[in-house]
Amino acid sequence: MPRGGWYSVGVVLLFALLPFVYGNHALLFNMMMYLVLAQGINVLFGFTGYLPFGYVGFFGAGAYGASLAILLVHLPPVPALFVGAAVSVLVALLLAPLLRLSGAYFAIASLAASEVVYYIVSNPHLVSLTQGPYGISLAQVYNSGASYATMVVVLAMALAAVVYLRNSHMGLALQAIREEPISAGFAGINVVRERTRAWLLSAALAGLAGGAYAWHVSVFYPKSVFDLNISVFAIVFTLFGGVATLVGPIVGTLLLYGLYNWIGISQPEYFQLVFGIVIVLLVLFLPNGLVSLLRRAKIHVP
Amino acid sequence: MSPSAPLLSVERLSKRFGAFQALDGLTLELAPGEVLGLVGPNGSGKTTAINVISGVYSADAGSILLDGRSIGGLPIHRRAHLGINRTFQVPKPFRGLTVGENLEVAAVYSRADRAEIGKCLEFLELAPLVGREAASLNSAQQKRLDLARALIARPRLLLVDELGAGLNPVELQRMAQTLTTIARSGVALLVVEHLLGFLRELTTRVVVMDAGREIFEGSLEVAARDRQVIDVFLGG
Repeated sequence: MPRGGWYSVGVVLLFALLPFVYGNHALLFNMMMYLVLAQGINVLFGFTGYLPFGYVGFFGAGAYGASLAILLVHLPPVPALFVGAAVSVLVALLLAPLLRLSGAYFAIASLAASEVVYYIVSNPHLVSLTQGPYGISLAQVYNSGASYATMVVVLAMALAAVVYLRNSHMGLALQAIREEPISAGFAGINVVRERTRAWLLSAALAGLAGGAYAWHVSVFYPKSVFDLNISVFAIVFTLFGGVATLVGPIVGTLLLYGLYNWIGISQPEYFQLVFGIVIVLLVLFLPNGLVSLLRRAKIHVP
Repeated sequence: MSPSAPLLSVERLSKRFGAFQALDGLTLELAPGEVLGLVGPNGSGKTTAINVISGVYSADAGSILLDGRSIGGLPIHRRAHLGINRTFQVPKPFRGLTVGENLEVAAVYSRADRAEIGKCLEFLELAPLVGREAASLNSAQQKRLDLARALIARPRLLLVDELGAGLNPVELQRMAQTLTTIARSGVALLVVEHLLGFLRELTTRVVVMDAGREIFEGSLEVAARDRQVIDVFLGG
């Protein structure tokens, strides 16, 4: 088993089995969704250093791609999910020139790009195609159990992608690019191609999560699948746990999304406060995330 | 022995940054296994020459030929595949990776195996540091790691940018031996260096640059007596 493989199997089994003993399936589903998004952010930010604030754009593109494949082409939901992922990858290909930007410029440009996708989808002139601002209803294919199971599979795929990156030449090459792109070039790495591959992989994961989400909720509005908070949550969860590891984003998501459900829904005003304090403490004391505590204790983190 | 065909030939290379003409028609040639020193005052274009030859910057005009084939339009990794590699004045290792991983990255393309990586680590006295994070190395060790990363890529032409700066006399002596060993294995070296004593250990042939162009080519000893070279170095 490659490094981190057993952890991944454990997490996937946990979410596959918990619904039999724990009733809040919506919480479990959303947690899986954020685990996938956090690992998608991890693929891009952790392994290449690009922080995509507009990451939700791929999630929304996947949700709409899958939904329209169901509504317009009458595909069954599971194949439609792959259409959704393909739409996200297509959007990512169109946006690949953004990778020429660096740091904050990239973050802001990716945010603007996701808004563009949102405004195209929600445009009232496209009602016949996207239902515009009125949102999507997939009532005829609604299946809570099957869509949950699908998200378990998507989660397994996301974790497998990160396990692969943690154990492969491609992952090492991406980390080298993140550290020193010019030296990576002299190491023989095609920097532009490897970065683009990570970008497309990351977009595909968000697209799959978006499609599974659309199927699971079955009724949604453009605003709810292009909600910037989704990006922010996934980014904070990833950073809180620690990037470029398999375990970091998992720990970050479980703890912070757990916290959100504990106080965020009953007392949202306190949640904002606690969330804010957590972020400030993180930036000040643990800029490399919770897993850096384990690293300091010389414990290897997969 | 007849003079071998040049490995690298650079013709009338020019590069401008805004109003500053960093390279102004630089021409030079390098044979396999040859060591050429590139000297000149600060701002004379030595590092720009290395940056343009290695592909970090593109040239505004002129040509760069490797084995007679133009490489001027190629990206860095393609030039690395063809056998051009370099070190940096300020070393640029992959700081968050271990010393061993730094070399593994470069070994992927060149297909250097574990034994070769081990030999390279020994050669550059990095073997005891193999598991250490590159960021934790001192500057002399980072310079050797930079050099190791370049060697693992199996270069035929190695561009060495001020490797001597900041090294103590013992380290300088060892580095000169290391570079000489590399050159004897057939790798051509273009060495930018301020420390002329260090350069003298490596080669007798130098190109002296001023204001982006060559003002002297020949032996270091003759250069030291050349009126124009002396004027440039003394600001006369």
